[in-house]
Amino acid sequence: MIWEVFRQEREGAAFAHAGSLEAADEAFARAYAHELYGRRNESRALWLVPRGEVCTVDEFVDEFERNYRRVDGYSLKTRLREARERAGTQPE
Amino acid sequence: MSARAPSRSDALLAAADDELILGWRDSEWTGIAPSLEEDVAFSSIAQNEIGHARALYELAARETGGDADALAFDREPAEYRCCPLVELRRLEWADTIARHWLYETADAVRIEHMTASDWPELAGLARKIQREEAYHRLHADMWVDRLTGGEERARLAQALQGAWPYALGVLDGALRERFRERVAARLPWFDAGGDPGAEHARGAHTVELRPLWDEMTMVRRSVPGAQW
Repeated sequence: MIWEVFRQEREGAAFAHAGSLEAADEAFARAYAHELYGRRNESRALWLVPRGEVCTVDEFVDEFERNYRRVDGYSLKTRLREARERAGTQPE
Repeated sequence: MSARAPSRSDALLAAADDELILGWRDSEWTGIAPSLEEDVAFSSIAQNEIGHARALYELAARETGGDADALAFDREPAEYRCCPLVELRRLEWADTIARHWLYETADAVRIEHMTASDWPELAGLARKIQREEAYHRLHADMWVDRLTGGEERARLAQALQGAWPYALGVLDGALRERFRERVAARLPWFDAGGDPGAEHARGAHTVELRPLWDEMTMVRRSVPGAQW
């Protein structure tokens, strides 16, 4: 059984995916995670999630290329230059 | 040295030698444990045991003079105070788990006893060791629970029987009986009776200690007095 391990470095910090491990049950998962991700005091807390319990969302259709909805679809630099040209103002 | 110093540092050395030799034996699984995860976990436990040995040797060295390294490496094999249980070379996983669980169970009794010591440094050190040993016991318990639940139980039972007379040699007197009670409570199907023979008791050594000692002290003996 594969367990996904999330690690918190400091109190208040977000848990980040650290890796995964194989363990027969929760007791083994806890013990192994403790040693694999905590023996050097690098973690404040761990979350262990059986891989099968992870809910995956991985379909994102974009039939009409609405790139204006993506942060990379809108070049502020270009728009700004064009607006400045129209207004006749250029930075020093 | 005060009059009661020899006995209290004797007990300390016995515990330190147990931890050092068992740490060495457990580290023999590094790279070949049943899974990658177990490899890391068991190697980490082995390192912890050696760390406990060092702390115990340092405290002993304050009593007897000398230093921790000298206590760990400069004595002859016959002078070590470890019990025969920890000396056994057991490269069969069921045997290792049986020995590991029996030792951790006995060691828990010993450490609890040390936390009540009237020697404040020892009581304090025992409490620190106890916090790490809690994870060793968790590890040992989970393996025994797992192997007890399935068809592997016969194999584990055989391994426990083989190690049992040696396990009885870890502790004496009232502490041994407390250990026996815990084993019986956890494994009601196991016969926890009997007494250790002379060859299982502390003070005796198995023939397996000498080759371990040769390997363990090889580097230190190669350049006497070198600082590493």
